[in-house]
Amino acid sequence: MTCTDIQAALPGYIDGELDPLRNLEIEQHLQHCGVCSKTYKADQTLQTAIQTGAQYYPAPADLRKRIRSSIPQARKGEPVFPAMPWRWLSVAASVAVVVILAWNLVPRPDGLDAEQFVAQEVVSSHVRSLMASHLVDVSSSDRHAVKPWFTGKLDFSPSVVDLTDHGFPLIGGRLDYLDKKPVAAVVYKRREHVINLFIRPAAQDSPVEHKPVARQGYHLVQWSKAGMTYWVISDLNDTELQEFVRLVQISP
Amino acid sequence: MWKERDEPEQNTLARFEEVILPHMDAAYNLARWLTRNDHDAEDLVQESYLRAFKFFGTFHGANARGWLLTIVRNTCYTWFRENRAEELTTSFNEEIHSTEADPFDPQKLLLQRESSQLLKQALEELPLEFREVLVLRELEGLSYKEIAVIADIPPGTVMSRLARARTRLKQCLSKLLNTEG
Repeated sequence: MTCTDIQAALPGYIDGELDPLRNLEIEQHLQHCGVCSKTYKADQTLQTAIQTGAQYYPAPADLRKRIRSSIPQARKGEPVFPAMPWRWLSVAASVAVVVILAWNLVPRPDGLDAEQFVAQEVVSSHVRSLMASHLVDVSSSDRHAVKPWFTGKLDFSPSVVDLTDHGFPLIGGRLDYLDKKPVAAVVYKRREHVINLFIRPAAQDSPVEHKPVARQGYHLVQWSKAGMTYWVISDLNDTELQEFVRLVQISP
Repeated sequence: MWKERDEPEQNTLARFEEVILPHMDAAYNLARWLTRNDHDAEDLVQESYLRAFKFFGTFHGANARGWLLTIVRNTCYTWFRENRAEELTTSFNEEIHSTEADPFDPQKLLLQRESSQLLKQALEELPLEFREVLVLRELEGLSYKEIAVIADIPPGTVMSRLARARTRLKQCLSKLLNTEG
């Protein structure tokens, strides 16, 4: 490829929108072309400057109030699937086995399988955490403050990593529930985008890897590692979220 | 994808609150950058939300933020057509402008204490169509595909428009940096 071709493709390279082959071609070119690599560095610095320096305008509180009252009031805090047919079963069941049986045998509303159902719960938890001004129970950017906070509240110890240097500052932790079991919710941010990382011990039959899915404008990634299951959800773009996932996965 | 069932109205409202309301910051940020003032941005976001609620039946649950931002963007453009038509027609002559400026030195920007203010000024000077793709890309972190839908342009145009927007922004910045001394 000529320098003209490279320069034309640089924006796509910087934005992570090119296919791997093209990326490789550009990387190789940048290594030995001073002119192109200078343009690349300038554009990348500009991008960082905008992302970190340009103001993000959050909606003012009174506008929020005005919009809420202008749209007819609905009952709040309703579960996404009201009156689930299996719900009474799990309440009545005093033995876990019964719950598990009910889990597998009773069809879910809308024909969701267990995995989709939990995914929907992850989305709902994420949305609730953003809406109810209850994002964190413990607010700290220090992982040595967040991790011990979970002790005694959970029967497992979730890993809390510091990713500030990678542009994902830690916001805090929260106790949450997924699929009727307590989970650790560790909250990070990228610019103005909130990232919820849910952690809990993996079920035995839980598959190890899942494809990322998009739900209601959020990206959701699930994986299992060392006996724990992780869900990451955010409205952050897929590329940056994958970067976050990779960083969490490689941290000890 | 979640099927629409025969929900009573209460459930539609609850669903709207759960799915669309959380994206109000994104809606306001876009409207604020497009209009460049608080007052108009607030009015337009409120109007967008009323429209979104009215057309919520047409939302099929794929990308709530993108869906809402498309409505916000269209509402803003209607407002521009009625109130600031000149902003839509001002075409920027890239040929003339591209010859004048000194090369942009990003390090110089980073060294500025007021870099955030300079960026704001430079971004606000950009033509509307450039400003919107930059805000959607850099501040919302949207993909080219998502931007194409919201800005109503072919996916192939997004990259070239972003490239032109960045070139123009660099020119603005180097002009501002040089006058700042």
